[in-house]
Amino acid sequence: MTKSTVRGAFTAELLALAKKDRSLYALATDSRGSVTLTAFADELPSQFVECGIAEQDAVGIAAGLANAGLRPFVCGPACFYSMRSAEQVKADVSYSHMNVKIIGVSGGVSYGALGSTHHSTQDIALMRALPGMEVYLPSDAVQMRALTRYLASSNEPAYVRMGRGPVPEIYTEKDFFTPGKAVKLLDGKDAAVIACGEMVYWATEAARILNEKGIHISVYDMFTIKPLDEEAIMEAAGTGFVLTVEEHAVYGGLGGAVAEVLSQKKPTRMRILGLPDEKVYTGKSEEVFRHYGLDGEGIAKAVREGLKK
Amino acid sequence: MNANELARIAARTRAEALTMIHNASTGHTGGAMSATDILTVLYYDVMNVDPKRPDDPKRDRFFMSKGHSCEPYYAILADRGFFPRSELATFSQAGSRIIGHPNNKVPGVEVCTGALGHGLPVAVGAALGAKRTGQKYKTYVVMGDGEQAEGSVWEAAMAGANYKLDNLFAVVDQNGLQISGPTKNVMALDDLAAKWRAFGWDVCEADGNDMQALLDYFHAEHKQGKPHCLIAHTVKGKGLPFAEGKPEWHHKVPNDEQLQEAYRALGVEEVDFND
Repeated sequence: MTKSTVRGAFTAELLALAKKDRSLYALATDSRGSVTLTAFADELPSQFVECGIAEQDAVGIAAGLANAGLRPFVCGPACFYSMRSAEQVKADVSYSHMNVKIIGVSGGVSYGALGSTHHSTQDIALMRALPGMEVYLPSDAVQMRALTRYLASSNEPAYVRMGRGPVPEIYTEKDFFTPGKAVKLLDGKDAAVIACGEMVYWATEAARILNEKGIHISVYDMFTIKPLDEEAIMEAAGTGFVLTVEEHAVYGGLGGAVAEVLSQKKPTRMRILGLPDEKVYTGKSEEVFRHYGLDGEGIAKAVREGLKK
Repeated sequence: MNANELARIAARTRAEALTMIHNASTGHTGGAMSATDILTVLYYDVMNVDPKRPDDPKRDRFFMSKGHSCEPYYAILADRGFFPRSELATFSQAGSRIIGHPNNKVPGVEVCTGALGHGLPVAVGAALGAKRTGQKYKTYVVMGDGEQAEGSVWEAAMAGANYKLDNLFAVVDQNGLQISGPTKNVMALDDLAAKWRAFGWDVCEADGNDMQALLDYFHAEHKQGKPHCLIAHTVKGKGLPFAEGKPEWHHKVPNDEQLQEAYRALGVEEVDFND
């Protein structure tokens, strides 16, 4: 299976778009290397803004660039943009409704052993609670390229979180993505798994494992956390058991969003799989995933347990 | 416009702002009064803005970073014709867009402010955007002196100098008081001008309640290659005999007698919010 980085797909696509649309800007906070924006900075220096290690300032500057009629993408580690500059995102971007895209890279636990200062595991909860903010967690590079094209043409503020390392490609260039519309990757009647980001691949792995045991599950890629695809959630509920899987705290993330829909519109048995309320175990992201059952085996186990009850 | 005419407008603006606060029983009286002369000079003389075209890309940009001093700002925007004066009567009323901090649903207001330390970074972005795209507009931002304790101010100060934003004017309304008392006792700022100079800005100091001094500053030749900072020495509660220099008037509301006393001191007979 081909593996590639989502951040690399984002920056390559943004660079190609920015060469044609001179209003597209990229901002970094001493993060051009980690975001993979070096080529952008070198080739389009007049559309690149280095803000230094100052995330609050970077988000404010981006709002000002938007005020000047430009289309800024603020790019850096998701952990800092979702926390250090949270008030700038709230006041200067969401409340002021400025066309700023916050691009959080190396999100979730991708920084693994660097510890929780560098993990972003509350970002979905925070960003989706801000009025008007769109929130996306792409699951692979192909989807990110399409999402980048959408973001470059949209006038709405948005937060995007992606990981760091290469991830398996789930989609082909023929696949089509629409904000607010989840992708149903697999169709099964026994249970439904709704996942986002890197968890989508692991959900398909779980489906393969379960298939061998005669359990057939549906898998949804809810890359579009906000706007959320309520129709897909209602359809998933039709299986009788919904498992949500996310690289995020179990509070207020994808699981919370799905539970908000189902508890009010179609009470359904569900379980939220994510990072528990504890100091997060550290290691490479796959090791963290395995520890918390956020890999193929772990997700398959959670489905089996859910079906027993 | 000459200093005397501007002073008359500022007196009327103070009376209107105080009336809004009195009617709503809420507002930030002291800082509103200290900043009124700065706002008056900018909106009636210095800045290129067209109330009929609030989104004109060529407009000068203004950011009220000390957003709590919004009452004279709204009064001036209404008087300049950005929105109907009658809306000033709805200040802080349920459902009004004329709320207790600048709201960019109001024509003429660029971004929502009120959380301190936000205006300068946004102003840096607006000024940088102009530089990068060859637009000629200038960017103005008004901050408070208590606000200077916010770290984000200094992040933006560094960026403004780094990008040599000589199209950016930051005014610090240094009235010396904040909600808990004298700024020097809350978090000492001195030497504030030296701090801004050390951050790479072209710094001047002036009496921020003296129209002629403000006109002289804004009409002077300004150095190229550096952003500009005016430390405007002001009096909190300026123009209100009962409030000048008194920390408790940060957000105290005048009673009926005090409102009349203020009108007399300002030489304003009455205030109405008719269109």
